[in-house]
Amino acid sequence: MAADKVDPIHQFHINKLIPIDIGGYDLSFTNSALFMVATVIVAAGFLFLTTSSRSLVPGRLQSVSEMAYEFVGNMLRDAAGTQGMKFFPLVFSLFMFVLVANLLGLFPYFFTVTSHIIVTFGLAVLVIATVVVYGFMKHGFGFLKLFVPHGVPVFLLPLVVLIEVISFVSRPVSLSVRLFANMLAGHITLKVFSGFVVSLSALGAVGVAGSILPLAMAVALTALELLVAFLQAYVFAVLTCMYLNDALHPGH
Amino acid sequence: MFVTSAFAQESAPSADTSHAATEGETHSGTSVPAEAHGTFPPFDPATFPSQLLWLAITFGLFYLFLKRVVMPRVGGIIDVRNDRITQDLDQAAKLKGEADAAVAAYEQELVEAKTKANAIGQQANDAAKAEAETARKKVEAALDAKLGEAEARISSIKANAMKEVGSIAEDTASAIVEALVGGKASKAEIAAAVKSVAR
Repeated sequence: MAADKVDPIHQFHINKLIPIDIGGYDLSFTNSALFMVATVIVAAGFLFLTTSSRSLVPGRLQSVSEMAYEFVGNMLRDAAGTQGMKFFPLVFSLFMFVLVANLLGLFPYFFTVTSHIIVTFGLAVLVIATVVVYGFMKHGFGFLKLFVPHGVPVFLLPLVVLIEVISFVSRPVSLSVRLFANMLAGHITLKVFSGFVVSLSALGAVGVAGSILPLAMAVALTALELLVAFLQAYVFAVLTCMYLNDALHPGH
Repeated sequence: MFVTSAFAQESAPSADTSHAATEGETHSGTSVPAEAHGTFPPFDPATFPSQLLWLAITFGLFYLFLKRVVMPRVGGIIDVRNDRITQDLDQAAKLKGEADAAVAAYEQELVEAKTKANAIGQQANDAAKAEAETARKKVEAALDAKLGEAEARISSIKANAMKEVGSIAEDTASAIVEALVGGKASKAEIAAAVKSVAR
């Protein structure tokens, strides 16, 4: 490792800000928790304040809030139909939370909440738990038809059911790992290239000239990460919609 | 991939035993706390309870806030706007209908006025024709009367003339007879002779 200050992993460290320990569990208010709070305040504050005038003809910021609302609404309606709209608050909250957490993480020195697998896994488990609980509530054991697709030859059925079960069980994993890995890899790459700039420019004039390339890379990567931040929030929301559709209509 | 080189277990021994078993590779001599350099932070189970708790708290509040406050408001704004647009469209359609009706009424009235004008023109024309006809008939009748009168006069003149022809012939005949015969023929004889010749 070249120097401690360019350690690309350092940005993912969790620091206790207010240590809390209850029953042997470490429940401290950490920098991660701080940025969760920041994410919630920014997202909720933005949505709340931009729509406070309730203009008939929206301004720019109100348009952004309305677009986000309608974007997620259409996404859910397309994937899960009108019945799926009862999950609109959940999907909208997930989308906004992940999007704002991703975007906040792009600021230098900011902590990226979604770069921790336990956070994305927690959100994914929330989605899958909603699917399973609602599926069984609505359809009882009919929900298990989800694992038995129509029109499959009987001798293939055990294999297909096995595959369907595995695919269902791997959903929370894939959902959480996709978001986590994207954010983690993106931030490490950014940090590595930015670290090059610092390390090279410490070598004098030649180093400064040589650091132009990694600087350009860092700028380009920032743009890419902005895209990824939005894209991953979108993917998370779309997959949530599709899984919720399974809960509503298990019979494929 | 970013492989965890070690797990520091000291801080939360109760929760971490299973993870230690699955992730394997334990590092020798890790006496530092959970934030040890060797541990890859996202895979450090010591931070999991805290992160999950704060995620549940923050996301739960966020969900409730969006569901109770933000979404009814944004949905309301959009609904109001859509209602307003449909209302405006309805009103525009209504106004267009009214305009169309007004145009139709105008055309109707125009047609009525035209027919009325035609009728009045026709009537005037007819009246003028009738008047002209009666005048013409009057003139014709007067002319006919004059013609009849003239014819009657002519015929009476003619009759008188014819009557006088007889007496002239008698006078002439008596004069001729006197000159030729030298005697006077009786007036009755001459009249009978003239009459028989005139037949």
